[in-house]
Amino acid sequence: MRELQLSLNQTQKVRLQRALEKLESLSSKANSNASVTVADSIPVNYEDGLLKGHGTSEFNGEVVATVCGIVERVNKLVYVRALRARYKPEVGDIIVGRVIEVAPKRWRVEINYSHDAVLMLSSMNLPDGIQRRRTALDELNMRSIFEENDVICAEVRGFQHDGLHLQARSQKYGKLGRGQLLTVPPYLVKRRKQHFHHLENYGIDLIIGCNGFIWVGEHVQVTDDMVVDQVNKSEQDDAKPDENSISPEDQGKNYTRQETRENICRAANAIRVLSTLGFNITVEVITETVDLSTSINVAIHEMLGSEFYVLVAEKESVRRSMTKKK
Amino acid sequence: MEYVSPEGLRLDGRRPMEMRQIRAEIGVVAKAAGSALFEMGNTKVIAAVYGPREVQNRSQQLNDSALVRCEYTMANFSTGDRMRKPKGDRRSTEISLVIRQTMEACIMTHLMPRSQIDIFVQVLQADGGTRSACINAASLALADAGIPMRDLVTSCSAGYLNSTPLLDLNYIEDSAGGADVTLGILPKLDKVTLLQMDAKLSVETFENVMQLAIEGCKAVATYIREVLLENTKQLEYRRGI
Repeated sequence: MRELQLSLNQTQKVRLQRALEKLESLSSKANSNASVTVADSIPVNYEDGLLKGHGTSEFNGEVVATVCGIVERVNKLVYVRALRARYKPEVGDIIVGRVIEVAPKRWRVEINYSHDAVLMLSSMNLPDGIQRRRTALDELNMRSIFEENDVICAEVRGFQHDGLHLQARSQKYGKLGRGQLLTVPPYLVKRRKQHFHHLENYGIDLIIGCNGFIWVGEHVQVTDDMVVDQVNKSEQDDAKPDENSISPEDQGKNYTRQETRENICRAANAIRVLSTLGFNITVEVITETVDLSTSINVAIHEMLGSEFYVLVAEKESVRRSMTKKK
Repeated sequence: MEYVSPEGLRLDGRRPMEMRQIRAEIGVVAKAAGSALFEMGNTKVIAAVYGPREVQNRSQQLNDSALVRCEYTMANFSTGDRMRKPKGDRRSTEISLVIRQTMEACIMTHLMPRSQIDIFVQVLQADGGTRSACINAASLALADAGIPMRDLVTSCSAGYLNSTPLLDLNYIEDSAGGADVTLGILPKLDKVTLLQMDAKLSVETFENVMQLAIEGCKAVATYIREVLLENTKQLEYRRGI
């Protein structure tokens, strides 16, 4: 029933309708009407014994759903997987979040969960890359690492007594710059082995956070700071006296080529289209959508027009029927 | 004034036991966690749910359950005479409270400790029965947000005019001065979560009117379920799992 807020002309409407119907027919073959709404009773076989999982409760000896979703059965366990729900963190999830507060020894990070997450100063690598005790001086310099409103990438460490803890113990985690943050419904992102992607043809980095925050940015070379720092430090010392005049190297650092910037926008728009249509977001689908847009020469701003939506829906239906056949 | 004609028709041409046409739509507010639009005849209500999220006012935080808040407003253009009402007038405060309590009864708040759920309902077009329409819309929006609930609350009003029990009063019938019973039930659990009446009725008449309202609530429940199931299926096949 969730209708698209698009102005389609008659042919586009028909084409979209057809593509969506095809998707429907493809999926209904796979599972036999397992969707339930709130307070629907779930048929179960009591003789086998039964474990009630999330989204279920018991009423008058019946198992009743408490959320709208799909019934899943794993051996004795019966649970309902909610299709539209808030992000629920699991240990090891890679997430993208925004720093909202710098507190003593910790940052508070907004990660789309019902509570804010905590990133302790002690659970992240310092910029100098040396493993050592965090001193009071480090605590005073916390703002030089992350400030309020910085977008960061981290990993879920687990639940402690005071909430959800994050960690960033590798060079790939940390502050994200020069790119776009996109917010998609978290249920469209699936947990996979790889959440960091480098799209080489476009020179962009893609971080698909499990919490529905997606980062599209310029590719950053992950460097081993231990080696590079020695060089950098001497350069910085030289640069310090005239901070106002930007050295050519710094300029090079802060400058993103127009081509890269366009690619970032293109990928971002592709993700926007996919999330509006409610398709699962994976790196393959994103690259396919971007390739589709470049192959038919759609300008970046036209990607959000109704024609491209229809094309993406058609493409998706073709893609899914192909994978079905295999 | 005659509210039921000798032929047994009401002012808007309905039979006494007939409801107005209902229509519901899910996902009308893009930014909200869940949202719904609910129409009962000319009454049109929009509801948006945010959360569960961090509690804004730390002193209100509950350690064992979620905090449910509700805000009811009527758009200035919703009634015939355009009036600018102050935000916290007594009528809307009372209805906010009523909706909050009704919803709290069905949300499984113990599953979401130390968080807050905000429900915003706004009347876009008022033609009697705004209270029931708001509860139905809020119920749909909560289900859309994926918040665990014991049951869907549905609500419907009934009244008693010209010695006839009438289902789902419109504005003219509502302001006629007869009894107006607003009922909210949990259809699956068969429990009443809300019952309000603003006049006196004898016990026998009241039971008739209440029975009628229960029937109305159940009809609303059937429709709401259909809408939700359709929505769930859509989401499922779009994702293609």
